[in-house]
Amino acid sequence: MAFIPHTREDVEAMLAAIGVGSIEQLFDEIPANLRLGALAGVPESLSEMEIGRLMAERARLDGRPLCFIGAGAYEHHIPAAVWAIATRGEFYSAYTPYQAEASQGTLQLLYEYQTMMASLTGMDVSNASMYDGASAMGEASLMAVRANRKSHSHRILVPSTVHPHYRKTAAAVAGNQGLVFEELPYSMEEGRILPGALDRYDGQDITALVIQQPNFFGRLEDVDALCDWAHARNILVVAVVNPTSLALLKPPGAWGTKGADIAIGEGQPLGVPLSSGGPYFGFMTARMEHVRQMPGRIVGRTVDAAGRAGFTLTLQAREQHIRRAKATSNICTNQGLLVTAATVYLSLMGPGGLERVAAASHARTRELTDALTKVPGVRRLFRGPVFHEEALAIDRPVAPVLESLAARGIVGGLDLSEHYPELGQALLVCATETKTTADIEHYANALTECLRAARAA
Amino acid sequence: MSNVPSDLKYTKSHEWVRALPDGTVEVGITDHAQHALGDLVFVEVPEARRKLAAGEPFAVVESVKAASDVYSPIAGEVTEGNPALAAQPEVINSDAYGQGWLMRLRPSGAVPALMTAAEYQKLVAEEGG
Repeated sequence: MAFIPHTREDVEAMLAAIGVGSIEQLFDEIPANLRLGALAGVPESLSEMEIGRLMAERARLDGRPLCFIGAGAYEHHIPAAVWAIATRGEFYSAYTPYQAEASQGTLQLLYEYQTMMASLTGMDVSNASMYDGASAMGEASLMAVRANRKSHSHRILVPSTVHPHYRKTAAAVAGNQGLVFEELPYSMEEGRILPGALDRYDGQDITALVIQQPNFFGRLEDVDALCDWAHARNILVVAVVNPTSLALLKPPGAWGTKGADIAIGEGQPLGVPLSSGGPYFGFMTARMEHVRQMPGRIVGRTVDAAGRAGFTLTLQAREQHIRRAKATSNICTNQGLLVTAATVYLSLMGPGGLERVAAASHARTRELTDALTKVPGVRRLFRGPVFHEEALAIDRPVAPVLESLAARGIVGGLDLSEHYPELGQALLVCATETKTTADIEHYANALTECLRAARAA
Repeated sequence: MSNVPSDLKYTKSHEWVRALPDGTVEVGITDHAQHALGDLVFVEVPEARRKLAAGEPFAVVESVKAASDVYSPIAGEVTEGNPALAAQPEVINSDAYGQGWLMRLRPSGAVPALMTAAEYQKLVAEEGG
């Protein structure tokens, strides 16, 4: 079967067969006032030569800065083999293989991916991926509402230590479906959920509690106690986790007595380059009891008529191409190409390699924190352990300091004032295994000079 | 020809209703419906004490072909969802009118007019069953 578009003759034959004059006529039922017509603000098309030149010029403007920003996307070394394999023609598709008989290679890869993600998160089942970590949190919230049949409130508790973009995206995805996201306050001393923040919810009907570990500030929440608190009250637990960190930290499946119910996160650290925010991919794993409420594709291993092992999409009756409006989700897909890269990355790393990446990132962040807090006017904002990010207070407004650093080829971190104005002049920094001692010294020296200049100004 | 017991009432959406001596009713899907769905692999039944409006979805039946909602023919409060179906959804295929019941419900208010076995038989025949 050839995958080629219809010819003009094909289209005309089909229209004639159903007695319709034009394709446009098929859309007649959409009222004119709901139709966009021409796209405003979209420039005319360019030739391949023109677009190639434009993009090369834009790329030059980006330069190759030394990056100390994390905040949800992390620069890790990607072995050359990852994208050499992921971009092979056999794998080079962004989409889901519905046709099992023609897609065994891709299906096996997705199955291996699911196996690795389930193992990494300590959960029973994984789907074949989602758009990104933020939309996965929206999907996990909707899934929790379907799965928690003892709760009718559709109230989801979300600590303000969860990534601000995730909170915003989850509200955009699920807010119009009757879900209510209620924010839990955090401790200004520890940068994690305020002890006692949950007390006022005792005895109330709550559907789910979201816990990010490590949280947006890179800090470790008391996941065992939080998880047990929720389960004692029939509240489901949605874990938001960094996959690299799971090589060192307790996986969500082992949180508390029972383990989290759903685990989601951003898969980008697993072999996907930083590229202006995407494309990345989200992952989602869950306990087996919730599998039928899980959105998206799931690949299963089975046997064919002759008893030979093979792979196929499974539990599809929950899905949009069969269940239409009542599907578990109509706004998700898997990210085939990026998941291919992640699967190759995890295969190359193995548990030991991922652990070395995680440990090196943690060590580099400690080194960075030590170096930067020796700079006059810089101190740690919170006390307590971190994974590979640290929030710093600096004695000058952050934005101009970051601009000065950028002029020196350094992306110095995230200005926290946009999302957390109460923290004052605060900066979130990150170092992974990609940063050397020389890089860290270079940053510390540049920051010293930038702050000195800011004070003199 | 489908199996349509004469002592039950029926709906257009292929549910059956049995009046029980204690004033509650038992609800399930018809033999015609289970046959159309094929082998059932998963059934989600309602929790006790859930209040239902007439026509509200109360259960999901998932077969190898499709997942479908089942609609409550009558308004009322669920007294029991069939606990046996979680482990053995296939009893709906083998015994749709007996062990394959989905829920028991205490009706509230007026019970709407439902189809007789003869009327349902006619509906199924018209649908090609």
